[in-house]
Amino acid sequence: MKIFIEKQNKNIEKKFSGKIKDLLKDLKINSDTVLVVKDKELITEEDLVSDKDSVKILSVISGG
Amino acid sequence: MICSKCSEKAVFLEPKLCKKHFIDYFEKKVLDTIKKFKLLNKKDRVVVACSGGKDSTTVLYLLKKFHGNVVALAIDEGIKGYRDKTLVDLKKFCKDNDIKLQIYFFEKEFGKTLDIMLKKKNYPCSVCGTFRRYLLNKCAKGFHKIATGHNMDDEAQAVLMNLLKSNTDLLLHSVPITSKRKGFVQRMKPLYFCSEKEVAAYALLKGFDVGFTECPYMEESFRNVVRNSLNNYEKEKKGSKRNILEKHLKLINDIKISRKSFQYCSICGEPSQSDVCKACELIKSFK
Repeated sequence: MKIFIEKQNKNIEKKFSGKIKDLLKDLKINSDTVLVVKDKELITEEDLVSDKDSVKILSVISGG
Repeated sequence: MICSKCSEKAVFLEPKLCKKHFIDYFEKKVLDTIKKFKLLNKKDRVVVACSGGKDSTTVLYLLKKFHGNVVALAIDEGIKGYRDKTLVDLKKFCKDNDIKLQIYFFEKEFGKTLDIMLKKKNYPCSVCGTFRRYLLNKCAKGFHKIATGHNMDDEAQAVLMNLLKSNTDLLLHSVPITSKRKGFVQRMKPLYFCSEKEVAAYALLKGFDVGFTECPYMEESFRNVVRNSLNNYEKEKKGSKRNILEKHLKLINDIKISRKSFQYCSICGEPSQSDVCKACELIKSFK
């Protein structure tokens, strides 16, 4: 699947099927610090994604 | 995952709500804070300290909705590649929402941009914070209240940082509304009980044009260390941040913390803890 990590301004490709919370765990990202968007819609950590999907991981922390 | 209030798909987990019910929940939470802590009086003239980021834009939008007449006040510190970008978003937001925007510049007020200042002194958050607080209070004179975008994460971080640094009197600043003091415009924080994630979700769902921005000096700050620790605590023990704030508010209500006395700066006339205020001392040191 295609993943855009906003905080690092980085696009990655990863083989993954499962819940968003497990994807974040794999990527070592604390779920309290991000929002995940798929097809321009906000999705939750309990939502399922598959290899065909493309998601954006947006950082909730901004500013200084 | 379905919304706990209807049959729509949930967009948020804690609480489990769809887009419509999350927006209702968030706005009610802000309104409840405003009412419970008496943040607003009907006739208050309110200025919102804005950065162009998600938090202050949310406060600006909601106070315009709940209170009506608000003015946006922004400070351009002169951080290249950061503040210039966030101010583009803010200008557009204010224009689209018919809100008056006033911008003050470090370069005009203090003679140098922050980027230039930091070539001489390398403690960014201290220099920036001193000048921002000074300018905000000075430029908000004539208003009853300054509203800021501080959220639950910001406030829990501030409480922990002040405890770790033993800045007991500064604990009195981490409240939904500061007390009335001569020379100071009262500050209020409508997002005091909203987590950073909730604010980000609200801004996203409302379609606010606030891109991801991070101050380039952020990595150097102690706040960043505390922020990461608190996020780890929250992960292990849900509700940690809220618990810190609730206990903090109870404690500062129960125990007496004496405030440092203040006088007026002999150079600029603003409130100060010594003959010359910190901002004027810094200006002198840069000459």
